[in-house]
Amino acid sequence: MSTAVADIHEVPAESRVNYLNASYGIKSWLFTTDHKRIALLYLASITFMFFIGGAAAVLMRIHLIEPQGALVQPETYNKLFSMHGVVMVFFFLVPSIPATLGNFLVPMMIGARDLAFPKLNLISWYIYITGAIFTLYAMISGGVDTGWTFYTPFSSLYSQTHVIATALGVFITGFSSILTGLNFIVTIHKMRAPGMTWFRLPLFIWAMYATSVIFILGTPVVAIAIFLVGLERIFHVGIFDPAVGGDPLLFQHLFWFYSHPAVYIMILPAMGVISELVTCFSKKRIFGYSIVAFSSMAIAIISFLVWGHHMFVTGQSVYAGLIFSALSFLVAIPSAIKVFNWTSTLYRGSISYEAPMLYALGFIGLFTMGGLTGLFLASLATDVHLNGTYFIVAHFHYIMVGGAVMGYLGGIHFWWPKITGRLYPDAWARFAALVVFVGFNLTFFPQFMLGYLGMPRRYAVYPDEFQVLNVMSSAGASILGVGYLIPLIYLVWSMRYGPAAGPNPWGARGLEWETPSPPPTENFEEIPVVTEEAYNYTGARQTAG
Amino acid sequence: MSEHSAQMVHGHSPALVHQFETEDQQREAGSLGMWLFLATEVMFFGGVFMAYIVYRALHLPDFIQGSHMLDVKFGAANTAVLICSSLTMALAIHAAQTGKSKSTIITYLILTMILGAAFLGIKFTFEWTSDWREGLVPGFHFTYGGPYASGVQLFFCFYFFMTGLHALHMITGLGLLTTLTVMASRGRFRAEYFAPLENSGLYWHFVDIVWIFLFPLLYLIGGRFGGGH
Repeated sequence: MSTAVADIHEVPAESRVNYLNASYGIKSWLFTTDHKRIALLYLASITFMFFIGGAAAVLMRIHLIEPQGALVQPETYNKLFSMHGVVMVFFFLVPSIPATLGNFLVPMMIGARDLAFPKLNLISWYIYITGAIFTLYAMISGGVDTGWTFYTPFSSLYSQTHVIATALGVFITGFSSILTGLNFIVTIHKMRAPGMTWFRLPLFIWAMYATSVIFILGTPVVAIAIFLVGLERIFHVGIFDPAVGGDPLLFQHLFWFYSHPAVYIMILPAMGVISELVTCFSKKRIFGYSIVAFSSMAIAIISFLVWGHHMFVTGQSVYAGLIFSALSFLVAIPSAIKVFNWTSTLYRGSISYEAPMLYALGFIGLFTMGGLTGLFLASLATDVHLNGTYFIVAHFHYIMVGGAVMGYLGGIHFWWPKITGRLYPDAWARFAALVVFVGFNLTFFPQFMLGYLGMPRRYAVYPDEFQVLNVMSSAGASILGVGYLIPLIYLVWSMRYGPAAGPNPWGARGLEWETPSPPPTENFEEIPVVTEEAYNYTGARQTAG
Repeated sequence: MSEHSAQMVHGHSPALVHQFETEDQQREAGSLGMWLFLATEVMFFGGVFMAYIVYRALHLPDFIQGSHMLDVKFGAANTAVLICSSLTMALAIHAAQTGKSKSTIITYLILTMILGAAFLGIKFTFEWTSDWREGLVPGFHFTYGGPYASGVQLFFCFYFFMTGLHALHMITGLGLLTTLTVMASRGRFRAEYFAPLENSGLYWHFVDIVWIFLFPLLYLIGGRFGGGH
């Protein structure tokens, strides 16, 4: 190894001032306004909540090994699936990519020094923590049994569990999302570097923007829905009580008006990550840049028009159901367009199979399966049979876990060298990705079959003939759990023992790769001037015969 | 580079924060941020308005009955009070914009706060206490047994929830105005920099507009002076 340091980028991370060592002590972290440190605060909290939600899932899958239940009382099982849903949806999936990768990367990718409102960013993290504390308190005191969907009149009148504490936690955390979305939209509009036009932005930024639109417009509505349930529980006033003229279905409309767009909050950022991964690891421009950008916006907009497909069997008007069904088919189109564009990007690319790429390829396949199965659910007639069964559970886990979580892990692995200045051992990372892929499919594919055969969801017991598929699913879950623990180990290991990463270990394009790893607090010594299109990769085998 | 020499080199005012390159950029970002926040508030109130619309359509006679039990003169007075407070708020911003003295700005801010407090005073001490005395507060003291009793209870749920949510926003607005008054007394605002006034003014006007919707929807259902149906 040469003793002469020719390039400043070869200076080891510890000896250069960067955002991690610029100041020390717990107060410098808890009172930081640096978007990169706030991203790490979120990363720690979200990882913690992920393992809490995962623990609930593990207990559920152990319980379901036997048809009469192997582990807990039915009332406890109800609490397990409710807490799993509440924690995973509101405290992991919704904030995951936006609050960690989004917070870290949005300013860097557009050439800014920070987000538009750094103090608001810190406040959003404290709001998240406050909401999480309320919900964890509810969990420790005995949990809720309403499902993460809080349907009335059970949640408003009859449930004897800690509905208000949990709902309060979700209500409070919603404001964290709103502030994050607000921050991103203003930042992307007003703080792009000179030459960074809208159509030179990385597609991850388009995805963050579209996600933020949904944050802004959707989250307040679920806040009101939850608030009304709380009022009803405390004051017994009859908003959702048919006996005094209320309508329980009103809650479902208000709830799903947010919660359907919310699922796009959970997938759009992952799609943004995939655009970054697929281009870097094919060393090729994205196929159809503007179409992919517009499709993100189209998904955000159309997502607000389809909420009724969660309510086909509630007795709502069949004509409303027809319209919601048609619109739900429509919203699948922009997602499919993305899949075609990613595939076309791969075609004739110079492909390499590092861990982030494995996650990206897994995403494309599993998201496609999840999305296609959504079409069965969007069709009125088949939904009558499949609604309330494990088919739905499998459908959304294919998208949320096979899609969003794999996109999240792919992104964490891709930008880890930038965030920490260290490389993780890629062999272990690829192995873990494969374990996740195998474990995931073994867990959730049998659930499609269970649902088709008629096993209802949210049931603590089931008929004997479903046991084989349930055992397969539980076996898969144990493998999946191992697959998630392995990265925890080597990523933490790499923070201390990993080799220095250098500014651009992947040879990727993008402003964030033109800074040292880890970046300095102010991101750029001088604000860059952008002259190139996004994904300006050369050297791919486009012209080779 | 020390902040002082940075200012000398770049010539920017101390109001410019580090993440922005120019004051114009900062001002535009702040304004866009406030408009976006108001969009979330529209969706927030919109959820309740949606629920109100559904129940009014389902229980119109009940809502008419309940509405007629509200005191229109207090609602109308409050409407006038809030519109005047929006005027004084706009005058405060205009005073800053045209470089008037800080005491002018402070006067208009305090007038706005007085009017806002008057609104809350009328609502809490006249309307809500008499509603309580008449037994019209669902969940606490609801004794109405006349025609359309259950629907009237639903109406009063919405009345208290919507006006209560609005009042919460007004109280927050008063807090904002207090902060602005303190900032103004320290000479923070001048013709080149009054963004906090402007953005808080947007918030205040929004709270006013919500009331403009609430007043007819709650107080004027089914016509009042022989009108309507």
